[in-house]
Amino acid sequence: MAHSARRDSPEPPDFSLLKRLARDQLIYLLEQLPGKKDLFIDADLMSPLDRIANVSTLKQHEVDKLYKVQHKPIVSTSDQLFFLIRPRIQTVKWICDEVNADKVAGKFRRYKIVFTPQKFYACEAVLEEQGIFGDVTTDEWAFYLLPLDDDIISLELPEFFRDNFLAGDQRWVRTAGSTLHLLDSLYGPFSKVYGIGRCSKMAYESWRKQVDEGEQRSGEAEIGTVFLIDRDVDFVTPLCSQVVYEGLMDDIFRIKCGCVEFGPDVTSDKSLKVMLNSSDKVFNEIRNEHFSNVFGFLSQKARNLQTAYDKRRGMDVKQIKTFVSEELKGLKQEHRLLSLHIGASESIMKKKTKQDFQELLKTEHCLLEGFEIRECVSFIEEHINRQVSMIESLRMLCLLSITENGLLPKDYRSLKAQYLQSYGVNHLLTFANLRQLGLLVEQQPGETLTVMESKVGKLVNDKTAGKLSDAFSSLAKKSNFRALSRKLNLVPKSDGEYDLRVPPDMAYIFSGAYVPLSCRLIEQVLERGGWTGLEEVTRLLNGHEFVVTAGSNGGDLKAQSDAQRTVLLVFLGGCTFSEISALRFLGREKGYTFIVVTTAVTNSSRLLEAFLD
Amino acid sequence: MVEEDDDEEDDDVEKVSWSGKPVESISWSVRETAASNQRTDREPALPKINTDTPSMSKSNSGYSLSALFKGRSRGSFQSFNDSFSESTARLYAPELRKPKSEYKDYVSDWSPEETVSRMQQGKVVSLEKFRSLQDKLLLLDFAVGAHDGNVITAVLIFLKRTLNKEVLFRELESRETPLRHFIHYLTETRDQRLLLDLLRALGRTEDVALLQYKEHLSIADENKRRDFLKTCASLPFPGEDAALVQDHFTLLERQIIIELNCRLSRLVLIPVELSSVPPGFQANDQQAELGGTVDVFQKFPRRASIVNTPLVTTLYYCCFYHYAEPEGTYSSPLNVRQTFKIPAKQYFVTALAARAKLKAWSDVDALFTSRNWLGFARKKSPLSFQRVVDVLQKSSAPTQVLQGYVALVEDAELRISLAQKHKCHDIVINTYRDLKDRQLLLGYRGKVEKGSAEERKINELLNNSQIRWKN
Repeated sequence: MAHSARRDSPEPPDFSLLKRLARDQLIYLLEQLPGKKDLFIDADLMSPLDRIANVSTLKQHEVDKLYKVQHKPIVSTSDQLFFLIRPRIQTVKWICDEVNADKVAGKFRRYKIVFTPQKFYACEAVLEEQGIFGDVTTDEWAFYLLPLDDDIISLELPEFFRDNFLAGDQRWVRTAGSTLHLLDSLYGPFSKVYGIGRCSKMAYESWRKQVDEGEQRSGEAEIGTVFLIDRDVDFVTPLCSQVVYEGLMDDIFRIKCGCVEFGPDVTSDKSLKVMLNSSDKVFNEIRNEHFSNVFGFLSQKARNLQTAYDKRRGMDVKQIKTFVSEELKGLKQEHRLLSLHIGASESIMKKKTKQDFQELLKTEHCLLEGFEIRECVSFIEEHINRQVSMIESLRMLCLLSITENGLLPKDYRSLKAQYLQSYGVNHLLTFANLRQLGLLVEQQPGETLTVMESKVGKLVNDKTAGKLSDAFSSLAKKSNFRALSRKLNLVPKSDGEYDLRVPPDMAYIFSGAYVPLSCRLIEQVLERGGWTGLEEVTRLLNGHEFVVTAGSNGGDLKAQSDAQRTVLLVFLGGCTFSEISALRFLGREKGYTFIVVTTAVTNSSRLLEAFLD
Repeated sequence: MVEEDDDEEDDDVEKVSWSGKPVESISWSVRETAASNQRTDREPALPKINTDTPSMSKSNSGYSLSALFKGRSRGSFQSFNDSFSESTARLYAPELRKPKSEYKDYVSDWSPEETVSRMQQGKVVSLEKFRSLQDKLLLLDFAVGAHDGNVITAVLIFLKRTLNKEVLFRELESRETPLRHFIHYLTETRDQRLLLDLLRALGRTEDVALLQYKEHLSIADENKRRDFLKTCASLPFPGEDAALVQDHFTLLERQIIIELNCRLSRLVLIPVELSSVPPGFQANDQQAELGGTVDVFQKFPRRASIVNTPLVTTLYYCCFYHYAEPEGTYSSPLNVRQTFKIPAKQYFVTALAARAKLKAWSDVDALFTSRNWLGFARKKSPLSFQRVVDVLQKSSAPTQVLQGYVALVEDAELRISLAQKHKCHDIVINTYRDLKDRQLLLGYRGKVEKGSAEERKINELLNNSQIRWKN
């Protein structure tokens, strides 16, 4: 993208330290159980572990065999077992069963359970109840933060979302506080903290208390500003289809821990795991681009590559020698990456054209703008009738509900019944979960207008009735999304074509149809240096906003202002790649460097899957 | 510093109380702009720090956030001294400590607040001294105030062990946060019975119903699951949910019957296929009775059992394998439609997809003609004809078939683009003729095969002097 940064964004701090710390701690823990041992590791810890250590690191510290925790009987012959797990009751129960089975069989072994990022009393209570407390040693591996890229740090805790928001369990609040504490002590001190959301507030409080408990530190801050945001402040953004390259890749191929697995349809060979981050030069240039620009970019790149290869012609022996030793390797590397991304783009195109992507996007945009809602409802109904993807249908229903402040009671009943018929009655549980969080609800009855609307509806034909009921319902209810959208100007005025190549605003990540609410809030608060002037907005968002300032301490002004413009954005409950793209855009425009800290990278599927029982 | 604490107690009035609960003093002044907070006369955050922590503003160079926070644990400070020594090593690895060394002070006369604080740091505590209900609840409330779910749950486990459940439930009723933690804990430990007791005690009947219904997911045996679902229908579901659950039972019951019938008929078939007996021998009664159905099973072997599939999948199955069956049978699509009150559009979409998949074009055709219709009326469809074409095309319908439906697309522009896409030349030509668009027709001549019937037709039209072309 051709952007002249109006003000240079500061360089992001070096986060490789976090990896080193985690690795050192792990090694320390492995050495706590000296001698040969077999390592059992929770499935969802494997990729994060891969990012910071490799098998040879483990072997060096006498790990003999590696097993994935599968809750099945252990076949290991080792007399020392090391469990590296998330603090989950069912996993601990499984370990207890295994230890008790060993006891019965008269087998003597040493066991060590290491919980990451921390242990829970509830897990220890299981050890106690099962009579193996004391037979096993336990410890914690404080592996909170995994840098996925120069500007993305993940807690790799997808369950944060469901535990905190759906179950109302605050077990991860202290974890969030600890991450702030760690980052503050390594890259702080932070001097300004903004936040919105209940969990953000609690996380801030927890951090503050941990500072109380801990030691003091002073130094030159690399990160000066922090913004905390709860995922439930903005559900609309993660529910929209992603159309920026990296987000689209995540929607289609599911990026896991910064890594994606391409099948034969992409590689036209065997499956291949590829790291997606800024060190992939080709990817780095297209990751934030609207998909419609990607093909053009890739073909231009391919032409350039061809020219570079063609240079060989007419070279003498010496020149060829230099070419081979200096350039060829780089070109080959680029060549490889280029064909991968072309393959991926083709595969994306194929999949998207198959599922009427255009129509889907059109419906989404209508919902965001509040246009032709009846048409949207029947589109969704048809989507359900045709049994197109269960998650997609759910996503559209939720978008409809949030943007319209709930479904009309008759729509709710009929769409719910049809949904259950198409995808199974057990989704009754899903609907109950979604209702609990307000993602999919019925409009509260009592609006007198609906009565009138149905009377009028009987008099005229269906289509007109639909239009009328649109008009009526928009009058009858107070729609927070619509009001927010107006207040924050989330739907840009569509006068003329939206230039996706040189986009004017963050809305480009949704083809110019919508500026993500989360990112707009961040932009506004940073610009205003607080929430002043946003009172109406925060009221619509249910409050829980705060700002904390810790005065200025003089010092090097340049360094200080760099630190102020290096902003840690903490998403509690997940953040999407599209949001990250929008924020990178914002950062370039306004001269900020944003570091996104998220409990996990999310997207619409992951978000909704958290509601399935 | 310990002495200072007492002096500053009063200042705490000004300190924020998030979520309405008293919080420990904050040296940073936190500015609350929540709408719920009516106080508008607050001072901006910045000056607060200078007045509140004069010692800090003096030592500018040594400034750090943590410095601002120090010594605010109100009374509990002395007991924290022991924790300071171990934390100096935490600069680069805050949690990388020796296995938590225990301290000799088992006196356990910690206040509830101190106890919670120690628990948060993973230190050994004894909860046994909290014996009166009041003490127990105080402990719980402090845990809640600390926003640490781990500690809240730990206290709840203690309360569960030491309180009668009626008393516990009663106290939890008015405490939303611990209540949700307790429900989550019971869910995770799969203590279904206690959880149900709790929900009943709270009068949350819908949750009771859902929780019990959820149990069916863990019943693998289909007959047991069916019997269980039967009992679910009488659970206190709100509104139409009860009917939906009843449908779930009816559906599973029917799926089991259909599946059984199917297996029975396969039992007859399979040995015949395997041991290639003379053709004449195959014509046993059962097969004759099944007639056409068997052919379908042979041509399109079933991929999976229909048991536990959604209703629409079952309907599709019935439309696929049992389409012509009389309405009286369990597997007849019409019967399924009737029993589950499937909306017309839903039925139509499913039948269309199934019959198109089988390339039973006459069945497809019949779907569009209403049975009450007299004579030949225009085809009607609850689905847009564009979508119909889409479905048919995906089942590789021949152009001959597609053409009939493309022609029914109302919007001329859309009709042309669909016709072009699917090579329905006649429709394109006729539409251009109707639009009297000579230029487009001329252009289209280049796209059809030379010497074909289409080309001749275009030429005839272009030479037709009767037509008043608009261009």
